[in-house]
Amino acid sequence: MSPAGSARPPRVALFVTCLVDLFRPTVGFAAVKLIEEAGCEVVVPTAQTCCGQPAFNSGDRKDAAMLAKKVIETFEGYDYLVAPSGSCAGHIATHYVELFDDADPWKARAERLAAKSHELVSFLVDVLGVTTTGARFAGTVTYHDSCSGLRELGVRDQPRKLLSAVDGLTLTEMKDPDVCCGFGGAFAVKYPDLSGAIVDKKTTNVVDSAAATLLAGDMGCLMNMAGRLSRKGAKIEVRHVAEVLAGMADGPAIGAGKKGA
Amino acid sequence: MQVTSPAFKENAAKALADVTLQKALKNVETGFIAKRAAAAAALPEFEALRDAARDLKNHVLAHLDLYLEAYEKKVVAAGGHVHWAESAEDARRIVTDICKRLGARTVTKGKSMITEEIALNDHLEREGLIPVETDLGEYIIQLRGEHPSHIVAPAVHLTKEQVAGDFRRVHTHLDAARDLTEPVTLLSEARAVLREKFLVADVGITGANFLIAETGTSIIVTNEGNGDLTQTLPKAHIVMASLEKIVPTLEDVDTLLRVLARSATGQEMSVYTTFSTGPRREGDPDGPGEYHVVLLDNGRSAMLGTEFEEMLRCIRCGACMNHCPVFQAVGGHAYGWVYPGPMGAVLTPTLIGVDKAGHLPNASTFCGRCESVCPMRIPLPKMMRAWRNREWERALNPATLRSGLGLWAFVAARPGLYRLAARVSSMALRLLGRGRGRIASLPFFAAGWTKMRDMPAPEGATFMDQWKARAGR
Repeated sequence: MSPAGSARPPRVALFVTCLVDLFRPTVGFAAVKLIEEAGCEVVVPTAQTCCGQPAFNSGDRKDAAMLAKKVIETFEGYDYLVAPSGSCAGHIATHYVELFDDADPWKARAERLAAKSHELVSFLVDVLGVTTTGARFAGTVTYHDSCSGLRELGVRDQPRKLLSAVDGLTLTEMKDPDVCCGFGGAFAVKYPDLSGAIVDKKTTNVVDSAAATLLAGDMGCLMNMAGRLSRKGAKIEVRHVAEVLAGMADGPAIGAGKKGA
Repeated sequence: MQVTSPAFKENAAKALADVTLQKALKNVETGFIAKRAAAAAALPEFEALRDAARDLKNHVLAHLDLYLEAYEKKVVAAGGHVHWAESAEDARRIVTDICKRLGARTVTKGKSMITEEIALNDHLEREGLIPVETDLGEYIIQLRGEHPSHIVAPAVHLTKEQVAGDFRRVHTHLDAARDLTEPVTLLSEARAVLREKFLVADVGITGANFLIAETGTSIIVTNEGNGDLTQTLPKAHIVMASLEKIVPTLEDVDTLLRVLARSATGQEMSVYTTFSTGPRREGDPDGPGEYHVVLLDNGRSAMLGTEFEEMLRCIRCGACMNHCPVFQAVGGHAYGWVYPGPMGAVLTPTLIGVDKAGHLPNASTFCGRCESVCPMRIPLPKMMRAWRNREWERALNPATLRSGLGLWAFVAARPGLYRLAARVSSMALRLLGRGRGRIASLPFFAAGWTKMRDMPAPEGATFMDQWKARAGR
């Protein structure tokens, strides 16, 4: 598992992501725990900010490239970059290379970083070969496939595999788990009616699954779905999948608050 | 037709509030998706066929001039005529000239999206001709004075009750008390009415799914047989096709046919796949006296060599829109012009300008489901993003977005400043959350978020602050 046959454990740089940093630090700690327990050393580079996806998807390639270079500089010295998000990891692993011309030396650096960048759960299963995280969680959960993780990185079976190994947990699939929740970054703010209609359909499927907890691997989708569920008055807990896999799902759920409101 | 793409937001809001439309749109989800998935799963080589189809069309686009010239020679050799139309106006003039020369009055039409693109029906009516749509869906929307809302299922936005109402309104020669509750009854009625039109038509116009360079053949793929009657019975058959429909050989068409119907409707093949080569020959029992092909460019050749070239691979199956959560939510009319859904979001700005159609490539979550089902593997999200790039370069986006993003990028480039901004945001949002864990209403640009949903409040201090405070643990 150690690179180049060395004896030291792989050094994994955690890409925290903006949303985990600001809204859900528990996910960051859960990621650290999961990666460490799988036998890696975890580093959190302090120079990290954002992967630049908002600029990229708004058509602002200049700022997207500027921020990509900063991420490349900050993370290229580690064995792996791992993010608790298919969206950010997908952006780094699949789109950074599109930002630079073939003749630009940054292109090769982007390619090298892309090759060692992973979404958290697929990293655990596909790269580290984890089959169980040893966590316990009493309850029925349903899992939403976030679009970027699913279609850019092929994250579908890995979280289900690890969830099925969680003691006490029952996974019930909702209808159309692979259909978008309507988040789409700035889309949710630019087209609120449309985004609202899509997340309404999504959360109806979540409610109909009769699961007590909704899980996914991306904070954007989770905040979108949690916000709609609470607006509808649905009593479903919403958590990042890493919280459950790390056995750190005992605090308030996303959007639930300390007073349990 | 009138372009309402600039009013996409208003169109979408109206569509979301339209109860009947929402009921009809459920058919998109239930009708198409499972059928396509089953058809794809039943063919082990389906994914390999998608690769072959992509490669084939890429080859054609790299040698488009060559194949078009070869095709023209073969059409002429079969006794047909090829007309090159650079613009919509040229195409309309070519068609009306043919109709007038033949003294035509009634013009039957098979289903054709490029005749929508060039607004042919309006033009024919202005010229005193009577265009009659003969595809059932197209016939229905023509009765209603509407345009297709879907490139394969033009009337998918309607319920059968609405169609029954239209038939009662228009088919006044029939018994007003007749039962029209079953779709099959509606079909029979339309068939009987249209049969009369086929018999009196002077000119028949069809589209073309493919043109074969090797043989000079045009192909239409239909399920109702209306296309065959449209093109066989009148004095002249006019094929309206855009340049990129060309395919080198009969065998190549086979590859595309195998992915087309499966992707569109989940059928292995459509009910009719009709090949036409030239007019009626001596000794033929039937067929048109004249055979014309109008080859329309209308901006397509200008897409070659650009980041939008791959869009010219599109074979118009409609799978992208069937699987699109935005299309499913608002239907096709909200897109405001001829081509809806993801393929429309890429194509429409090339044809009417990104200044008018800018909403279309923006109104996407980039979920990528369209690309995942596209039989031609067209990178639709990538091309929607390419339109956003162009908008950004031309400063067509709202000033608030540009300055907001600029400020954000400035902060994100400075980790110390970013940490501070995150810390302040975290505190402010937690304050607004008041311990409830969520915020019901936010001001300014974030108001869009809280219109339909709450904003979860941060759990506590930022991860980076907590990580630092715990000295890494």
